[in-house]
Amino acid sequence: MNKEIYNKYIIRLADDALILGQRLSEWCGHGPILEEDIALANISLDYIGQATNLFKQASVADELGRDEDALALARMESEYNNALLLELPNGDYAFTIARQYYYTSFYLLFLERLKQSSDSFLAGFAEKSIKEVRYHVQHAGDWMLRMGDGTEESHTRIQEALHQLWPYLGELFEMDDVERATVEEGYGVDRSLLLDEWKMKLSDLLSEATLTLPESAWHHTGGRHGRHTEQMGFLLAEMQFLQRAYPGAKW
Amino acid sequence: MENQNLLEKFQRYVDAENKIEAKDWMPDGYRKTLIRQMAQHAHSEVVGMLPEGNWISRAPSLRRKAILISKVQDEAGHGLYLYSACETLGVDRSTLIDELLCGKAKYSSIFNYPTLSWADIGAIGWLVDGAAIVNQVSLQRTSYGPYSRAMVRICKEESFHQRQGYEIMIALAKNGNAAQKKMAQEAFNRWWWPALMMFGPSDANSPNSAQNMAWKIKRHSNDELRQKFVDMTVPQAEYVGLTIPDKDLKWNEETGHYAFGEIDWTEFNEVVKGNGPCNKQRLQTRNAAHEKGTWVREAAMAYAQKQSERQKVSAA
Repeated sequence: MNKEIYNKYIIRLADDALILGQRLSEWCGHGPILEEDIALANISLDYIGQATNLFKQASVADELGRDEDALALARMESEYNNALLLELPNGDYAFTIARQYYYTSFYLLFLERLKQSSDSFLAGFAEKSIKEVRYHVQHAGDWMLRMGDGTEESHTRIQEALHQLWPYLGELFEMDDVERATVEEGYGVDRSLLLDEWKMKLSDLLSEATLTLPESAWHHTGGRHGRHTEQMGFLLAEMQFLQRAYPGAKW
Repeated sequence: MENQNLLEKFQRYVDAENKIEAKDWMPDGYRKTLIRQMAQHAHSEVVGMLPEGNWISRAPSLRRKAILISKVQDEAGHGLYLYSACETLGVDRSTLIDELLCGKAKYSSIFNYPTLSWADIGAIGWLVDGAAIVNQVSLQRTSYGPYSRAMVRICKEESFHQRQGYEIMIALAKNGNAAQKKMAQEAFNRWWWPALMMFGPSDANSPNSAQNMAWKIKRHSNDELRQKFVDMTVPQAEYVGLTIPDKDLKWNEETGHYAFGEIDWTEFNEVVKGNGPCNKQRLQTRNAAHEKGTWVREAAMAYAQKQSERQKVSAA
């Protein structure tokens, strides 16, 4: 197995989990109702937990000998490989929910394939995470229905969020040399094969929620190779503040 | 005038250490006091999410981030649980929340102080949750059943909160570098006195205490609980090498307690009146979250309404 590719793959998965967890945690104390503060904090915790496990795995073979915190909190922006979708600021509750549904419904399919991975760490990670992500899909799906089929205002807001986020979805299904190598070695997932099933499930839910599927075929890309949106720098400046201000300190 | 017989019977029942339950007869004053106290407690949990939530995005490690999110989530849960306990007394949650948002209801003044460094997160867990535990352990024996049971459950989680706070302080003040030690001492200096104020006015200036003690809503006086907290906390501070910011603090061999200096009651009263460093920001933040969430709650209600109409149609 090519260790460098393996670690790159783990870091991509870890960054996705970390950055989404970071964004979701921003809602804590600011949600629309106490029950949602609890739900989003809980979901955020799941992603921070997943990121921790992945970064620990990546640290085992890290050439620079970095531990999970150094990997998570002390890399340069261009070294983060998360999908752009996950770093976008939270927006209103419709924007957050639309991203949650888009992403978690994709991620669940991804994990179901990853469970078949020839790598025992990844297979185990997937199996454990599936249990969490099933709930995330249900939580976001319930809110998609409430917003889509709720009031005129909620319908307008959620439809608008679906449109705004759509150009960031394509990146989740992209295959590049790293992804192809992981598939050839038998431990990675062919993301491009998930698209049809994902779209089918999505359009079922959207029609139940009286919403329409955006159509544009164009999508943004760059996150997997460290080219981010303008918002990423601010997210990192905040997230890395203590690590940067007190290098080497133990907490 | 309430029926004298009922009042006497109630008092005998309480004196025999029985728990009052939601459907039991109770004096109006008992009900009002409990609603006020439990609602204040619920509001404190909810407002208390803000100063600590302030550091979630900047937590220094993955482990600390996860612990902090989980702690703040617990507080939301305590809030929910306590609002439900209030509802057993016939007042609904939305009424209570409206009273918080318009500034009519009070919450613990401690949350009107700012969290300026990561060490404040340690100080809050250790001192603020520590003080809350002293108070709440006593309240586990309060005479109102639902409140007493809520306290039993909440105390279990609070002791985890207190431990994680103290653990942060150990990492900074005992095992940290010079900058971390300084950060820890500064946070300790800022939180020590406000933590002592959490127990409320001194017994001499606590007018409602006698009746609340007789009804066994309150089981120990403010000064007794404050002393207990000081006795418990001073050795913990010494163990991690922190200096207590009180020149009058010293061990009294005769009483077996620490003597400590006079609390700045002017500051105490000003913060209660709304003039603390963050009173306005905390309420503005709660109001903003509530207003931004209005359309979300309306959507949920509208959808639930449509669903129940659909069920009626399909059942017909």
